[in-house]
Amino acid sequence: MTAVSFEGAEARIGGTTIWRDVSLTVERGQFVAVLGPNGSGKSTLVRAVLGLQPLAAGSASVLGRPPGEANDRIGYLPQRRSFDESTRIRGADVVRLGLDGARWGLPLPGARSRAATRRVAEVIELVSATAYADKPIGELSGGEQQRLLIAQALARRPQLLLLDEPLDSLDLPNQAGVAALVRSICREEDVTVLLVAHDVNPILGYLDGVIYVAGGTAVEGAPEDVISAETLSALYGVPIDVLRASDGRLVVVGAPDLHGHHAH
Amino acid sequence: MGGSWWSARPTCTGTMLTSSVFTGLSWNPVDDVHALFTYPFMQHALAAGTIVAVMAGVIGWFMVLRRQTFAGHTLSLTAFTGASAAVLAGVPIVLGYFTVCGLGALALAGASGPRRSQGTESAATGSIQAFALGLGFLFVSLYHGVLNGLDSLLFGTFLGITSSQVLVLLVVAVVAIALVAVAARPLLFASVDPDVARASGVRVQLLGLGFLLVLGLSVAETSQITGALLVFALLVTPAATAQRLTTRPLAGVVLSVALALLVTWLGLALAYFSVYPVGFYITSLSFALYVLARVFA
Repeated sequence: MTAVSFEGAEARIGGTTIWRDVSLTVERGQFVAVLGPNGSGKSTLVRAVLGLQPLAAGSASVLGRPPGEANDRIGYLPQRRSFDESTRIRGADVVRLGLDGARWGLPLPGARSRAATRRVAEVIELVSATAYADKPIGELSGGEQQRLLIAQALARRPQLLLLDEPLDSLDLPNQAGVAALVRSICREEDVTVLLVAHDVNPILGYLDGVIYVAGGTAVEGAPEDVISAETLSALYGVPIDVLRASDGRLVVVGAPDLHGHHAH
Repeated sequence: MGGSWWSARPTCTGTMLTSSVFTGLSWNPVDDVHALFTYPFMQHALAAGTIVAVMAGVIGWFMVLRRQTFAGHTLSLTAFTGASAAVLAGVPIVLGYFTVCGLGALALAGASGPRRSQGTESAATGSIQAFALGLGFLFVSLYHGVLNGLDSLLFGTFLGITSSQVLVLLVVAVVAIALVAVAARPLLFASVDPDVARASGVRVQLLGLGFLLVLGLSVAETSQITGALLVFALLVTPAATAQRLTTRPLAGVVLSVALALLVTWLGLALAYFSVYPVGFYITSLSFALYVLARVFA
């Protein structure tokens, strides 16, 4: 079964072509990374899957429907979202919005409301955020907020999870933790994951496929084909090394966009 | 007396009421509370204050959450513009409040486009605010002679509210609260998390416009009790205090309403038994509660 497919797709923003001739296929249950330099159109690709960015040419199918028509089966985590200290809303309430936040009317007490409360507790448990879910979300750390936002994206049992740079602004242990969490969700809940990554290293061991967006187009491939010194160097236009660590894992070195943000 | 609750020229009724208000405390709580409810003008003031407080508590909670207090402030100044325009045109002041606050809400919604930054938005809001205030002063100066009701327009009064005005307040408040109740969840979603709300099919833009219009209505109502400058006392302070005290949305709205009611009732009672204006008491009580919440919670 195909989760996402693009056929000769083109995206334009304000008259500028972001990418064109994009044809790709993501199968259900896969964990796929979207890589590429800053400004290459990775987020635009995610927004196109959601139907928020209309295609200027070509066609796309998302969970068997045109983009935008299956959004109730998609969990979405936008780029660089954090709540500042003045946001006085509990983490659990933010998660709850992902479940029934789009519904009109007030939640009335009853079986439906109890089921909603149970589901919220369940996804919070799934991301191991129970200890701090009742605190105001603005007072939590970046990693804690990110876990709760992933729980929010999971609340409606989506078949497809779109994560736009979920590891950005997290420290290394939290990057590893969140990456492992996403991987286990993908495997155990049978959710297709499309993850836009700034730094490929924390997810490198988990990937089923890679979509790389660069040079005005996007190409997909198997991780071992894309994660090579030649491909990445060509993709980013700077020399990049791919090393094999003593435990057999690949490590990407040298790409400013792939890991450079740890430097500052 | 139709639409002239605080008409530009204070009527002699108003003056007489003012002098009859200073009955002072008897220090017998039963008699004092009884005295509060004796006169029709005071009954109307309490009814109007109650309606306005409930509405301001609900709308204010969302306004503070959405960080639109600057927009709320701007709308309150357009309330002054509306009132002065109404005085100049010789139409009921209430009509001026609602018309100009509605226009102000539309202008603010136009200024905050889909993907504008916070900075652009507050600069645009500030420009609208300055323009509205300027127009208000123009209308005041065009109205030859002294606009005696000016301090009431700016700082509020509780004298001379008629039962038909209470009815208008009630209808508007019921409509506004019903709209917010129906849109409560999508509005909360759009306020806290607009990107994800949009992806979930919430019409974020439309809700933003709708909320500004309801906020305009609310400000137009609240101004009639607190005056244009002191709207914040009921719209912002109880809501901000409630958000310090609880992070649960429903509890927050209920607490915000309760605090708005408390300061309104106490403010009206204190104003009844003293020579100082109601706006002063409501703002001072709200401020005291806010400070307490900041210090102890």
